Amino acid sequence: MSVIAIENLVKTFGGVRALDGLDLTVEPGEVHGFLGPNGSGKSTTIRILLGLLRRDSGQVRILDGDPWRDAVALHRRLAYVPGDVNLWPNLSGGEAIDLFGALRGGLDPRRRDDLLRRFDLDPTKKCRTYSKGNRQKVAIVAAFASDVELYVLDEPTSGLDPLMEAVFQEEVRQLTEAGASVLLSSHVLAEVEALCDRVSIIREGRIVESGTLSELRHLARTTVTVETGRPVTGLSELPGVHEVRPVDGRVRLEVEPEHLDTLLTHLVRFEVRALTSTPPTLEELFLRHYGETIEGDRQTPTGGAR
Amino acid sequence: MSAFTGTGRLTRLALRRDRIRLAIWTLGSPLIGYALAESVASIYPDEQNRIGYAEVANTSVVARAFNGPIASTDLGAVVVTETYLTLAVLAALLSTFAVVRHTRQNEETGRAELLGAAAVGRYALLTAALVVVVGANVLAGALLALAFVGAGLPVAGSVAAAAAIVGIGLAFTGVAAVTAQLSVTSRGANALASATVGVAFLLRATGDVLGQPAADGVRLDSAWPTWLSPLGWGTQIRAFDDERWWVLTLPVALLVAGVAGAYALAERRDLGAGLLAARRGPARAAAGLLSPAGLTWRLHRGALTGWAVAVAVLGLAMGLAGNEVDDMIADNPAAAEAIAQLGGGAELVDAFLAAMLGLFALTIGAYVVQALLRVRGDESDGILEPLLATAVSRTRWLSTQVVGSVLGALALMLLAGATTGLGYGLAVGDPVGWTVDLTGAALLWLPALLVGAGVVTALFGALPRWSVASSWAVLIVFLLLGQLGAALDLPQAVLNLSPYTHVPSVPAVDVRVLPLVLLTAVATALLATGLTTFRHRDTPT
Repeated sequence: MSVIAIENLVKTFGGVRALDGLDLTVEPGEVHGFLGPNGSGKSTTIRILLGLLRRDSGQVRILDGDPWRDAVALHRRLAYVPGDVNLWPNLSGGEAIDLFGALRGGLDPRRRDDLLRRFDLDPTKKCRTYSKGNRQKVAIVAAFASDVELYVLDEPTSGLDPLMEAVFQEEVRQLTEAGASVLLSSHVLAEVEALCDRVSIIREGRIVESGTLSELRHLARTTVTVETGRPVTGLSELPGVHEVRPVDGRVRLEVEPEHLDTLLTHLVRFEVRALTSTPPTLEELFLRHYGETIEGDRQTPTGGAR
Repeated sequence: MSAFTGTGRLTRLALRRDRIRLAIWTLGSPLIGYALAESVASIYPDEQNRIGYAEVANTSVVARAFNGPIASTDLGAVVVTETYLTLAVLAALLSTFAVVRHTRQNEETGRAELLGAAAVGRYALLTAALVVVVGANVLAGALLALAFVGAGLPVAGSVAAAAAIVGIGLAFTGVAAVTAQLSVTSRGANALASATVGVAFLLRATGDVLGQPAADGVRLDSAWPTWLSPLGWGTQIRAFDDERWWVLTLPVALLVAGVAGAYALAERRDLGAGLLAARRGPARAAAGLLSPAGLTWRLHRGALTGWAVAVAVLGLAMGLAGNEVDDMIADNPAAAEAIAQLGGGAELVDAFLAAMLGLFALTIGAYVVQALLRVRGDESDGILEPLLATAVSRTRWLSTQVVGSVLGALALMLLAGATTGLGYGLAVGDPVGWTVDLTGAALLWLPALLVGAGVVTALFGALPRWSVASSWAVLIVFLLLGQLGAALDLPQAVLNLSPYTHVPSVPAVDVRVLPLVLLTAVATALLATGLTTFRHRDTPT
């Protein structure tokens, strides 16, 4: 039984199709990375999961319930950290944490104090005096001190410093060790790489890629730089080879992983002197999916200038 | 680059941000002034009426405390006395809020940081705010003078009366410039400056209550506390008598002193910092806070306390004034008719007391709108979203807000009835009886207040993005129908649109139950509509 199961979800705002047939599955016990450029529909998806927005069509199940109809019962079993945390200006941070905990059905006071210490948050300050990062800490502490099955985190660390980011990652690992599931929307690629078992990439309201990081890597091209005794010819006729360009007497190109073998067989005929092969970095992986020209790139093997 | 670099651009930015507010301000106060001048002129047409009015105004302690002394028996002087408190407090508060909005609020939101990082001098933000606010005051004052002249009042007196109001605006511009430097938050800066307005009112009221009536019986020599108050200076100009123009130097001096102090403070402090530290709160929430009802009480109790103090003071004053109504009105049939129309009864005192309760109900209607519209504020600020992501249903959250606002309004209404009854009872020697009677009469206004809550709830559910503007618009329509409807001879069908029309004016008339039941039914339908539509819609920011 999946923790989150979305099929063919559609949501429009006026004439704008914010979600356009989105599918997303989060399995029990996994940290699922939810990635995509700004405005691609991440927060809309999360708001539908929380019963804050109504879907136009499609199937949505969360913790085996309907997010709109069963909102209150479901919310006892999940905790949410918004990306842009707004709080009551005249309540102290400690009061806001206790309030969220109580409204969710109770929080563990020892865990709360422990988290306050670990995140170095002063709970006596009024919410209006907190910085963005500290407001986020309030929401994180309130969520993590609740013993729930699912944590929905919408860019939770965008205002945290690297030290706090490390604390955050440790705390997320503790949650999953205890059996909870996490949906983590994030732009911090290092965080995604460190925490996520699987990721889904959303673009213009659809999931364009979903899988483990190594599966995604496999879908992306490897960069090969080769130095040969004789000039290489016939590269652009090879299947899966893109962006061939000479660099300082060497040749650099990109190749799809399944055609690497064919490429190497071709290259040995030109007296290979040096060869480096670089798998795609996370940044390249995501930029490919975020970028506007992704579909065009795939269909034109010669490619264009980057 | 000087400390003032960028002032011109920031001034244009402030004008662009506030173009609607400033238009309402600069046109609104002259319009209010004109309308009140016209209506006063129709009530006190001849000198004889006005001598009576002036004698009562300068002997009645309550009238002296609220309106201040009357300068002469000229029609203009009566107009000033009737309009002064409204226009003065408006000028003081509008200037305060505008200064804070363009100084401390910019720092609090971080906008000032963005601006300060550009080629903008240290004093530019403050200077731009001062240019805009002083300009708005002067413009509104010029139009107000024209409005008074247009209403047929002498030119010199009109200019002096308008200048008095401008002076108050300028004085509190200086005060707010300083409080915006002292407090870290715009709320704190506004509260400090508003408290200064309150103190200024009390000083003026004390000075005028302790003042000595002059030999002619229609003039008053105020005691020294009046001279400590910017609100007092405005009355001491004595517009429409022998105008004392030199008094205008006092507010200008306060403005200059305030601005100099603000520049000095701005020079010495960091961006975003203040001289008064923000207060801390408890590390843990008290058990009473940990529910939607507890949260509602916590968020409303400050405003409710402020309203309660104001209502109690006004109620007592109005009740005490009730005993003077007969004297005040005996020789003025026009005023008597106006009160009888508002109260709608036979006995003049009963009509007066009923009219006062009706006015309280209209005013407390504004409390309902203000308190309940917080639901929309929370929604658009994004505070509601994490709250609804907890195990609190939409229906529970919204109905808690409705119940909280209505209970607050009910408490204020009962307090209004009790204090008015107590004041009048003390004056006539039956405090307990009158307190009980008028508290009961006040309770009858609850259905009308419920309809107000129903309107806001239904608008919030059905038209969230328009709910703030449309809720206030509906309240203003109720207010206009209640205040001007009879005077303008509007048809009954139109007057019936306001729930306030249907509440029996006890103690002036007998209780009728049917209209109260019908009002409650309408309110219930509106509340149900609001709760249902809210349950079925998205939560737009």
